[in-house]
Amino acid sequence: METVLKIENLSVSAGEKEILHGVDLTIGKGEVHVLLGPNGTGKSTLGSAIMGSPEYNVTGGKMLYKGEDLTVQSVSERAKNGIFLSFQDPIEVPGITVSSFLRSALEAKSGKRVRLFDFKKQLEEKMEILGMDKAYANRDLNVGFSGGEKKKTEILQMLMLDPELAILDETDSGLDVDAVRTVSQGIAAYKAQSDGGLLIITHSTKILESLHVDFAHIMIDGNIVKTGGAELIDEVNAHGFSVYEEG
Amino acid sequence: MDERTQVADIDRSVYDIRNDSSRDYKLEAGLTAELVKKISNEKNDPEWMREFRLRSLEIYNSLDVPDWGPALDGLDMENIVTYVRPNTKMSAKWEEVPEDIKNTFERLGIPKAERESLAGVGAQYDSELVYHNVRKEVADLGVVYTDLESAMHGEYAQMIHTHFMQLVPPADHKFAALHGAVWSGGSFVYVPKGVKVEIPLQSYFRLNAPGAGQFEHTLIIVDEGAYLHFIEGCSAPKYNVANLHAGCVELFCGRGATIRYSTIENWSKNMYNLNTKRALVAEGGKVEWVSGSFGSHVSYLYPMTILQGKGSKMEFTGITFAGKGQNLDTGAKVLHAAPDTSSLINTKSISKDGGISTFRSAVEVKKQAEGAKSSVSCESLMLDDISRSDTIPAIDVRTCHADVGHEAQIGKISSEAVFYLMSRGLSEADARATIVSGFADNVSKELPLEYAVEMNNLIRLEMKGSIG
Repeated sequence: METVLKIENLSVSAGEKEILHGVDLTIGKGEVHVLLGPNGTGKSTLGSAIMGSPEYNVTGGKMLYKGEDLTVQSVSERAKNGIFLSFQDPIEVPGITVSSFLRSALEAKSGKRVRLFDFKKQLEEKMEILGMDKAYANRDLNVGFSGGEKKKTEILQMLMLDPELAILDETDSGLDVDAVRTVSQGIAAYKAQSDGGLLIITHSTKILESLHVDFAHIMIDGNIVKTGGAELIDEVNAHGFSVYEEG
Repeated sequence: MDERTQVADIDRSVYDIRNDSSRDYKLEAGLTAELVKKISNEKNDPEWMREFRLRSLEIYNSLDVPDWGPALDGLDMENIVTYVRPNTKMSAKWEEVPEDIKNTFERLGIPKAERESLAGVGAQYDSELVYHNVRKEVADLGVVYTDLESAMHGEYAQMIHTHFMQLVPPADHKFAALHGAVWSGGSFVYVPKGVKVEIPLQSYFRLNAPGAGQFEHTLIIVDEGAYLHFIEGCSAPKYNVANLHAGCVELFCGRGATIRYSTIENWSKNMYNLNTKRALVAEGGKVEWVSGSFGSHVSYLYPMTILQGKGSKMEFTGITFAGKGQNLDTGAKVLHAAPDTSSLINTKSISKDGGISTFRSAVEVKKQAEGAKSSVSCESLMLDDISRSDTIPAIDVRTCHADVGHEAQIGKISSEAVFYLMSRGLSEADARATIVSGFADNVSKELPLEYAVEMNNLIRLEMKGSIG
């Protein structure tokens, strides 16, 4: 399997504090990885560091995306090269509609003008998959959206930008059962349209029920302590994380 | 890095084109009674206006430069040329406007906007109007839109005599007096009873000559139950010497009438913009100001509304963007002089690269203004640590039966928001510009589309190069 992301012995700090202490992770094309772990163990830090958040510094190790060193690329370069991060708390951006934001993001990515007609058609299709009211396309990005609508809008962006590596950071947190189902449908649609790699960060396993998972990783205190197949999820469901914390 | 934006990028050069002004008629710099008389002769003033000018000059000489706002040290009246007449006459046909001047306005998009979305246009170049035209169907409704000079000699002579500088008397402040002495150009608008002018009129003021002043006067009278949207735009190329703009706007809003007055000001950064705007609103009338201040080196600008009639209203929506070397002191004033009047002031200010933005508001509620409502809100965004933003609100309420509120907020661009937008592929410059445009959204929403686009272009232009 062709490798999309290869992380070796990665250390990441926020200010003076080291959060990740030598993480290894390899994601291949078309693979679905799940990163599990209790709150505050550094799962989101890993996702943000891959995207290039200015809040974190890579202090050691390697991070290669399609064979290229990620650490020298700006956030927008990473995005243009095909990395996508679905935010845990999407930011409200007044003054730009979902539709025109997505169009300019697509244009930034392709470097070409995006034809309005094709774009609109595509956007409406994707919104339908997510059961979103079309009116959201003309609303300011995330402004006044409910938690569920914000997460759906993140998934909508993922479907439109069609990344080669999509990281979903706690996309299911705070959502009711219906919203989780919709988000799962969105992820399934992404799997159907793309052979990109997926990294799903979560501390619960609800979102994974209808998804084929290739690899599961358990992170405790800034280290990946166990990697396995989908069976690891059942193990977590049965016993929680405490067994890994002790061992 | 590849740069892409929401709206087409504009080139600062559009605003910076300088035309040769050596063939134009100019008075010598400085200010004397002789010069004022020359201007008066040049303009063929009626006798009352000639006297008005000379009286204003006396007042000017008796008043001090304001000492409570941004420094005016760089402005030396001995060096300002108060009157520059372009080498042409006013025309109602663009073909008759000299090539270089016409091209300037073409680049600024004025004739195109006129064809597409305006009911009439006045274009002033230095001290004189070079173009003035109003659509026939609008003129047929009895709407008058012309230059003040010819109106002073025509059918509306008496109306001008009784209204000119009645709202802003020359004794108001030194630069109002200066305006009274040397004013030239501008527009006169009269909208008769009940006439609703559905599409806007626009005047554009272009100052081309270096070291010159522009002192246009805009007098608008909207009669009972009528409606008018008036747009004012201004720009100038940059010179190394100080230029001065001391215009004056007077709006008379009749009973139940509505005036919307929009401005996108983009003077070059050697301009001292000491402009005075005032509106008088009769019973049930409404004045809406939309104001975007982007240019000039120093600005003093506080449009004032006098709510004289019962139930009259005002709304002020403004944005000020102070960049490097700019000290922009802007805001709004309102006087509640009748019962059940209401005012709503909503402003945003942005400062970057050491720019200073000061918001001043004055709300005065008179004893008789029972049931008055006033709400002032001011939000500031500072884009770096070397810029400055101040809020100076003044509230004076003389009745117990009024509802008056004030709110102010100062903030910075969140790095989280920049990260979010960049994570979708936007460059850092575009991400920041998007956030700033969003912050300015309250004003762009109030503007006709083309002007909203121009404003966003200006914001993007200002944001360019703001990243080290």
